[in-house]
Amino acid sequence: AEVEETFKRILAHKGVVGVIIVNFDGIPIRSSFADSSLTVQYCALIQQLAHKSRSAIRDLDPGNDLTFLRIRSKKNEIMVAPDKDYLLVVVQEPCDQP
Amino acid sequence: MEIQYVYTKKRADFGRQCIFSDRPSELLVDIAPNPEALKEFLERDPVDRAIQVVQEMSEHDVNTERFETDSHGVNHAEGGWPKDVNPQEVEQVIRFRKKVEKDEMYVSTVQNLGNQMEHCIRQNNAIDIYQDYFSDIEIQATEEPPSAKTINVFRDPCKDRGVAHISWYPDGPTKLAIAYCNTDFQRAPKDTSTESYLWDVINPNKPELALKPVSPLVCLEYNPKDSHVLVGGCYNGQIAYWDSRKGSQPVESTEVANGHRDPVWKVIWNQSKTGTECFSVSTDGQVLWWDTRKLSEPIERLCLDPTKKQDLACAHGAYSLEYEPTIPTKFMAGSEQGAIFACNRKGKTDADKIVAVYPGHIGPVYALQRNPQFPKVFMSVGDWTARIWSEDIKENAIMWTKYHQCGLTDGCWSTARPGVFFTSKTDGTLDVWDLLFKQNDPTLTVQVCDEPLQCLRLQEHGRLMACGSQSGVATIVELSEGFYAQNRNERNLVNAIFERETRREKILESRHREMKLKEKKGGAEEEEEHRDEEHEDLVAKAEADFFAAIENEKKLRDRRKEEREAALRNGQVDEEEEAGTGIGDAEDEAEEKQELEKVEEVPEQAAEEKGESESAEK
Repeated sequence: AEVEETFKRILAHKGVVGVIIVNFDGIPIRSSFADSSLTVQYCALIQQLAHKSRSAIRDLDPGNDLTFLRIRSKKNEIMVAPDKDYLLVVVQEPCDQP
Repeated sequence: MEIQYVYTKKRADFGRQCIFSDRPSELLVDIAPNPEALKEFLERDPVDRAIQVVQEMSEHDVNTERFETDSHGVNHAEGGWPKDVNPQEVEQVIRFRKKVEKDEMYVSTVQNLGNQMEHCIRQNNAIDIYQDYFSDIEIQATEEPPSAKTINVFRDPCKDRGVAHISWYPDGPTKLAIAYCNTDFQRAPKDTSTESYLWDVINPNKPELALKPVSPLVCLEYNPKDSHVLVGGCYNGQIAYWDSRKGSQPVESTEVANGHRDPVWKVIWNQSKTGTECFSVSTDGQVLWWDTRKLSEPIERLCLDPTKKQDLACAHGAYSLEYEPTIPTKFMAGSEQGAIFACNRKGKTDADKIVAVYPGHIGPVYALQRNPQFPKVFMSVGDWTARIWSEDIKENAIMWTKYHQCGLTDGCWSTARPGVFFTSKTDGTLDVWDLLFKQNDPTLTVQVCDEPLQCLRLQEHGRLMACGSQSGVATIVELSEGFYAQNRNERNLVNAIFERETRREKILESRHREMKLKEKKGGAEEEEEHRDEEHEDLVAKAEADFFAAIENEKKLRDRRKEEREAALRNGQVDEEEEAGTGIGDAEDEAEEKQELEKVEEVPEQAAEEKGESESAEK
């Protein structure tokens, strides 16, 4: 229930295209994308990337850890909030609010 | 002291097998040490000698095997599901998901992450942190000195041949087709290979494909529409076409009887609906059109006859051909005798087909090309100059380079910048000319190799230039950015240059014509008188002008003198002024100006004084 609330709140923000919650195995637990193949694609690619960036940060400095990952592309921004077991992925199309 | 050792052998013994035998050692010479020599040396005590205790290292080069890379894509499929859950079955998936969602950890984690995420989302919405603030400020072109760098060198695997022609792959700078031929008349050794090669730019060690015509190729062109098809002109006058997918042998070639009788120097693909038309030119004076589907006979024939009678006997052999795909019916041919023919393929009568003949060069015209951005202007390269012509002016070139020390062999315009063109010379240099920068000299001269450069070809994008030399070496040179980055104003400026020169030539032409008319009317003597009269007129005019100028100066000086005298009469006399007037040299204008100012001041002072004196009186 609270999870639902959080999910809906994030979706309600301006510019947000989609939200995915991924578990450590790469299984999408919750996804707001209607297209399941797109969900699977995102899960696979982004999980690998998050894992790689986390290991990169930890290799550089063992005391450090990845807190947040933002990938900005021409059309949108993919934000990844990593955790020990789960991954929250949000795709947002930015627009500057004056 | 000479040491000699003599051994004798009977003549009959020569050539016989050597039979070795042991023999005791024999003292040949005993050289005792010469104590006298010791006097020339000094004994040194102590002796300084440097030693290093350092790890000994040696440097080695190793050439490794080429690392082969391959690109692959990855297909993502659903995975990671635990064994008991089948991802295809919707129910199981839903059940699994519900189970996970009930987990406490899940709830707290998601809430936590959610908060973090919202923070960032709001951040994004508030400011676009990637906003480009300076997008409207144009990036100033960096003023780096013009340069050119050799990127790759392709050597002909066979000897004795020069690079006759180069053609770039139409779909990007990845491949080159190079035609090799020994063009010295009858000087090619008999067993020289007739092969020409297709090279891949990445691999300069081994050609990608060898093309095997009957006789060596003098010219080779990719079809711009179909990048697998090439057409080549042979040294014996035949034309053959290849499909690079089908192998080294030509798919078809023309019959010797129907083709040219001299080497086919240039073949160009035509713009046509079928994409299979090409035309060729040769020193036998003919221009022939071919359809590659049926090479047994040319579609059309034209003789480059300056008298417009299609007489093959007085036709000019042609070396170069020019064709612009955007103007499909017109073309130009540069002849061996130096004339440039502008022709129209669709002329109704044969005479109409040759539209104009330009005087051209003193020797054969090796290259002809229209400016890709100003089609009315074209350049030709021959003898020791490169000339730029405008289509309208038929008597003379509008611009030309000075006469060089060595002959020019090939030239072309830059496709990226309208004011840049390239020429190659017989001393192995490549010249890059930039008309906006300097018109008298090339902007950049690059020594590509030591042998004469025979041909050059610019790649479509304008960055890479391939040059071929007489020894069979083709070099790819990359030009610095200044040569292919176009300025905004450039088109206009270059247009202005061409128009100015065209106008100048027009004026000269019209004056020539006038003079010729006068000649015809008046006859020789009157014309001379006219000329003399003109001379005298000019001289008189010059004199009159000169004297008038002197008169003006004189008047000016007199006027100033009067003013000064008036000032003297009026009021205070500065000693400086006296000195000033004393000089009276009108040449020092600065001094005069100062004097004038003082002169003006003085009357003012005089007026003031007058006022004062008047008030004093009162």
